[in-house]
Amino acid sequence: MVGIIDYGVGNLFSLKSSFAAIGEACVVSGDPEVIRRADRLVLPGVGAFGDAAQKLRDSGLFDLVRDEAKAGKPLLGICLGMQLLFKKSFEYGVHEGLGLIPGEVVPIAGCIPAGLKIPHIGWNALLMRVPSPLYEGVPDGSHVYFVHSYHAGGCREYATAVTEYGGLLTASVQRENVAGCQFHPEKSGQVGLRILKNFAKM
Amino acid sequence: MITKRIIPCLDVRDGRVVKGVNFQGVRDVSSPVELARTYSASGADELVFYDITASAEGRRLFTGILAQAASQVFIPLTVGGGINTLEDFDRVLKCGADKVSVNSGAIRDPSLIGRAARRYGDQCVVISADVKRVNGVFTVFSRGGRDNTGLEAVEWIRRCVGEGAGEVVLNSIDTDGVRGGFDLEMLRAVSDAVSVPVIASGGAGRVEDFVTLFKTLPRVDAGLAASILHFGEVTVADIKKALRDEGINVRI
Repeated sequence: MVGIIDYGVGNLFSLKSSFAAIGEACVVSGDPEVIRRADRLVLPGVGAFGDAAQKLRDSGLFDLVRDEAKAGKPLLGICLGMQLLFKKSFEYGVHEGLGLIPGEVVPIAGCIPAGLKIPHIGWNALLMRVPSPLYEGVPDGSHVYFVHSYHAGGCREYATAVTEYGGLLTASVQRENVAGCQFHPEKSGQVGLRILKNFAKM
Repeated sequence: MITKRIIPCLDVRDGRVVKGVNFQGVRDVSSPVELARTYSASGADELVFYDITASAEGRRLFTGILAQAASQVFIPLTVGGGINTLEDFDRVLKCGADKVSVNSGAIRDPSLIGRAARRYGDQCVVISADVKRVNGVFTVFSRGGRDNTGLEAVEWIRRCVGEGAGEVVLNSIDTDGVRGGFDLEMLRAVSDAVSVPVIASGGAGRVEDFVTLFKTLPRVDAGLAASILHFGEVTVADIKKALRDEGINVRI
């Protein structure tokens, strides 16, 4: 059973539908007991880092998610949920994340030439860096859907794929049982569904 | 690098796609959900559902259809039509929409954009503008192109982006339905004025029109297509192949 962590951030409809479409049982919940029982966890998120981190704390799930991941339970952070895996973010101030993967979340504006539009919205190609269980059967160069203005920096050794938008942006990371996608697999067509399927087997 | 997007637009009234169902190529597709699946399978990068329903009952059908499409089509979905309040945003987002497009609702109350952007994020709010030349001035029309608002279009769109709109759909009334190509002059004026993605709408009649659009205006991010696709003459895959052959980056 995949547990989609509901902490009051973002729209979980598509994520839930995606797991249904690939035949994986999932539950959307903010109940600590349900999250403890799940075999693997998805941490979604949209909006601003500070708000989301605060909501995760307010919901009483911050420590639980971190502890479950540290105990070895597979965890997939998506979009802002991926950014929350890092220790620190510089989005509107400095905020503390889960610290499960070394690195920090910085504005993409500092990594790309002036004149390119921000947010980075649309379909862009995954440039694979190291083999990752998430990308089994996903060809290098596959397109996935991004919407973001910040990305993870200083995490080169954990980056499993990057994407090119004037400069290289971190597209996904993995450290042992903890993985993150900056893009939205639930909005990335068949490629995205394959990635979620791979996570369900991870 | 990010790809240019091809976005089919489905006009839905009382639960049915209005354009296209009786035309060759899509004639045996009876529901918007089926049509959405067809487009998605042929490589659509995103879908726009436009609700042109008048009745409350029709609205209920529409959200039902949206939820069905969203549970079967895993690409971004934008919803427009009749969006006047934050409750309207809420209603369609809960059914699986990723972005919400506002038009007349923002003209009536420009604060709607800022309030929605603060609650749901800029990426969620799309300003859709219906624009026509009046005495040589790009002028915004409301209520489906019926009312001249007197607003100058570039200034209006810039203001909406300033309020928090994360994307612009520019519908040229002058080229809409003519199928003689996109309104490059109008698109240039708008895409030079804003830093968010601009989606061209109105005028696509042939595959070559998309090539011309992106070659002439590399700052335009996406092309919207309705009748050219619904009439079944070309597919999303045809458009993308032509773009790729011309060296334009697309997702295939």
